[in-house]
Amino acid sequence: MRTVFIPRIARTFRLMTALAIGPVLVGCATPVPYDYTAFKQARPASMLVLPPLNETPEVIAPYGVLSQVTLPLSEAGYYVIPVGLMDESFKQNGVVNPAEAHEISSEKLREIFGADAAVLLKIKRYGTSYAVISSETTVAVEGKVVDLRTRQLLWQGSAQASSKEGEGGDQGGIVGLLIKAIVQQIVGTATDASYMYAGRASQRLLSPQKNGILYGPRSPNYQKD
Amino acid sequence: MMTKRLKVVWLGFLFSSVLVGCVQAPKPMYHWEAYERQLYENFKGGDGTNPEAQLLAMETSAQKASAAGSQLPPGFRAHMGLLCLKLGRDADAEQYLLAEKERFPESAQYMDFLLKRMKVAAK
Repeated sequence: MRTVFIPRIARTFRLMTALAIGPVLVGCATPVPYDYTAFKQARPASMLVLPPLNETPEVIAPYGVLSQVTLPLSEAGYYVIPVGLMDESFKQNGVVNPAEAHEISSEKLREIFGADAAVLLKIKRYGTSYAVISSETTVAVEGKVVDLRTRQLLWQGSAQASSKEGEGGDQGGIVGLLIKAIVQQIVGTATDASYMYAGRASQRLLSPQKNGILYGPRSPNYQKD
Repeated sequence: MMTKRLKVVWLGFLFSSVLVGCVQAPKPMYHWEAYERQLYENFKGGDGTNPEAQLLAMETSAQKASAAGSQLPPGFRAHMGLLCLKLGRDADAEQYLLAEKERFPESAQYMDFLLKRMKVAAK
């Protein structure tokens, strides 16, 4: 057995090579780089997240998303106009429909909220869909950042989060699958799973990352990206 | 022998992937706790929404943040102001809105807009 005599150093070397290649294979996908010219020129400090447009039948969807955008944007270094007050201000002024809010002129929005940029969100999917084999909770959101001073589009992207992620393995045959589907459906609605996935989707959409938004002035990473 | 060698290589791949990963988890800038959940409950309205209980929870959370030397997130103080408004505690609401403005000058225009409205409503 020759290998027995391979010196320890050779084995270490092999391990080192594996350590080096591992990240390359797993790593992050590298899509086409985003053009940040407008974003870098604008460098907004404050963000106004308007009530999200809802393309799903779930009435609660805009609130599930709106309540969870402050965290990623604040942690990214922006000031976020308080969403609860913003919603209240719109309602008190007779703006009850998100679509109406999206149609208000940027001058008017800036006059009231004083924000540098608006975040316009559109919810594409929200909720649990029941299927015979497996239920799935998915939240998908599209977003745009528009400069309220110049009306220029600074960034756009989309993200989703789903209960399907990381599932797999042995499902215990067809009966097991059916039970699982029902249990998921019940658990899914009872514990408001959509809310959890809305949080994940919002974080994915509005956190600085490859092709994501840039860091804001309050972040220690500001202008380093 | 071969399998053992492969095992070492695989362990290497796995281990280094865990080390490198995609996401770094830096220390959060702000103390969040249940703030977003509270925003959600407030939006949903209904039985779970009691401004008084929410305000109390937020005050407790603010004390915890202060004890830990953590910062309260943007909007936190202003939202406490909104809850005070709902409870008819206008003077407290004003204090919270002013506190938001002081901590986050980016909010000045909107806080002034709200303060002005409160004064008009009070007259």
